[in-house]
Amino acid sequence: MSDKTTNSIAFVAEGTIPESPPPARETGVYKWARENLFSNIPNSILTLVALALIYSVLSNTLPWLLNGIWTTSSLAECREVLDGKVGACFSVLSERWNQLLYGFKYPTEAYWRPNLALVLLLIALAPVLFFDLPRQLLGFTVVYPFIAFWLIWGGSILVPVIAFLGFVAAAVVFQRFGKGSFAAGFFGALVAALVVWKVGGFLIPEGASENAMLSSVPSRDLGGFMLNMMLGVTCVSLSVPLGIALALGRQSSMPLIKWICVIFIEFVRGVPLITLLFVASVMLSYFFPPDATVDLFLRVVIMITLFSAAYIAEVIRGGLAALPTGQYEAADSLGLDYPQAMRLIILPQALKISIPGIVNVAVGLFKDTTLVSVISMFDLVGMIRGPILASTEWNGVYWELLGFAAFLFFIVCYGISQYSQWLERRLATGHR
Amino acid sequence: MADTSQMKVSDEIAITIDNMNKWYGSFHVLRDINLTVNQGERIVICGPSGSGKSTLIRCINALEEHQQGSIVVDGTLLSNDLKNIDKIRSEVGMCFQHFNLFPHLTILENCTLAPIWVRKTPKKEAEERAMHFLEKVKIPDQALKYPGQLSGGQQQRVAIARSLCMMPRIMLFDEPTSALDPEMIKEVLDTMIELAEEGMTMLCVTHEMGFARQVANRVIFMADGQIVEQNEPEEFFNNPKSERTQQFLSQILGH
Repeated sequence: MSDKTTNSIAFVAEGTIPESPPPARETGVYKWARENLFSNIPNSILTLVALALIYSVLSNTLPWLLNGIWTTSSLAECREVLDGKVGACFSVLSERWNQLLYGFKYPTEAYWRPNLALVLLLIALAPVLFFDLPRQLLGFTVVYPFIAFWLIWGGSILVPVIAFLGFVAAAVVFQRFGKGSFAAGFFGALVAALVVWKVGGFLIPEGASENAMLSSVPSRDLGGFMLNMMLGVTCVSLSVPLGIALALGRQSSMPLIKWICVIFIEFVRGVPLITLLFVASVMLSYFFPPDATVDLFLRVVIMITLFSAAYIAEVIRGGLAALPTGQYEAADSLGLDYPQAMRLIILPQALKISIPGIVNVAVGLFKDTTLVSVISMFDLVGMIRGPILASTEWNGVYWELLGFAAFLFFIVCYGISQYSQWLERRLATGHR
Repeated sequence: MADTSQMKVSDEIAITIDNMNKWYGSFHVLRDINLTVNQGERIVICGPSGSGKSTLIRCINALEEHQQGSIVVDGTLLSNDLKNIDKIRSEVGMCFQHFNLFPHLTILENCTLAPIWVRKTPKKEAEERAMHFLEKVKIPDQALKYPGQLSGGQQQRVAIARSLCMMPRIMLFDEPTSALDPEMIKEVLDTMIELAEEGMTMLCVTHEMGFARQVANRVIFMADGQIVEQNEPEEFFNNPKSERTQQFLSQILGH
């Protein structure tokens, strides 16, 4: 059968055909470019236009960035060194680095304190953000606010200790009475905390903060990006629980609670944040008794928190509304009471749906902390617009300073956004 | 499968509904409902849509409020007192048309959640019991999956197991097979039949007339918010008395 005929069906392969590389136009960069950049004529034109655009942007910014000068001590010196060439004057960043980060009044020898607070913040946040970590770490998260307060403001250690004890007393009382009736537990806890704080106030000796271990720093002296971070972290972490409470209150079947929440949310959302900040800085002191001095930082925190809590409440209400009523009925029919049903069934699902919205508010809130510069607090933007640009050395350095501010904010906000995407993936259980 | 319709029923009373009326706004949904259910009875409630069948059984565990008359479940009078309501709900298991499993929890967690938080059962014991009931509904190997990964029939069996984990004395079924593909209906009905054989008190809203014939010891026909006819299944299907029932049965069995 060696004589093969062309019309025979029978066929036997005579050997293995050796592997050969694909044709050049079907591999690698060439294929990718043809499929993605030059698939047809309009696309090719768009590609060329885009390339030209990218080139023109880079050809203008790259020399400016790369020729940047980091070591001079004034804008005039920068111009001298550059001698007509294009180049950025980044010297303002290196020269005013500390002012940009800590403000211009925070004592230089105490810079390690906010730095340490930032490092501890990462440790305290870890178990909250990544719930696979051991739960015992949450213990540190609970005491962190008091440690951070003491580190940043300094003064007598008794102040944070007594503040902490007040919360402990409130928690104990709530544990004790909250089971029987929520209202009794809540108001009991409130009274317990106030009593501890009042009594504790008398225990702190006069002038304790003058000769304290850490020198005392008034709120007015806080500034720079540190102030933005402090406001952002405090307000986000306070406004999420408050927002949840408001959202649940708005759905409550008790008319009084419902209407308080509705009116609060609608009012706060209808007012610009900047007016609330002005109220905090100027008006609020009219409402307090003359000798009561509520700290400026605290007043601002309260206002921003209330503002963003109203937004977060509406986002969470959307999540609650998205849950089928069957979930409420199933929880009810198993005999779970209201707090259990909310905590175990409803909120985990509603919050999961609301993650993108909450993160949206959180990012917006963090950037809005720069608004405090209008009530003459020297946050990062306040520092740039005020002391730095007003100085004779650096008058006129806009791009470098504001670009740097944008860069810092971008890093944090991008981090938050990446975290939220990770969280959504992590919580996906293949349903909907 | 054994025919349970002739199984004995104890004289102990599980549910008494006395002259119960309910309105949605001004719409009179349930009219003068009188019903006594003995422990171990298996009752099938049928009727055209909108006749108030689901509303009736949802009143029994207070998912719906009634405005007139009284409902006594297991000796506890249903009132506005939240403690009473929670007590009754933990005695009465319920399965829904759309299963209503908790999608963010695994099958095992779905089954152990209520025993742990409501009954304060230790976690280990609750898990053992959950596995026992999951074996009974024949899906112990799915325990660590999420509800979204299971088929409809499996989900409904999990829902039954979830209710059983609370050791209820009464089970309510609200059209448990209406949302299922035909080939999955059988696996759920088999589970329910098994439950009936063990003497569970069951109230079941369903259109599965074969199931009613085989399992129920009483069939209730409702129309326009009232109980029109009730009888033993043989008698009910072979010799319906009221015209409304005859019409309904001819429609449902006609093809």
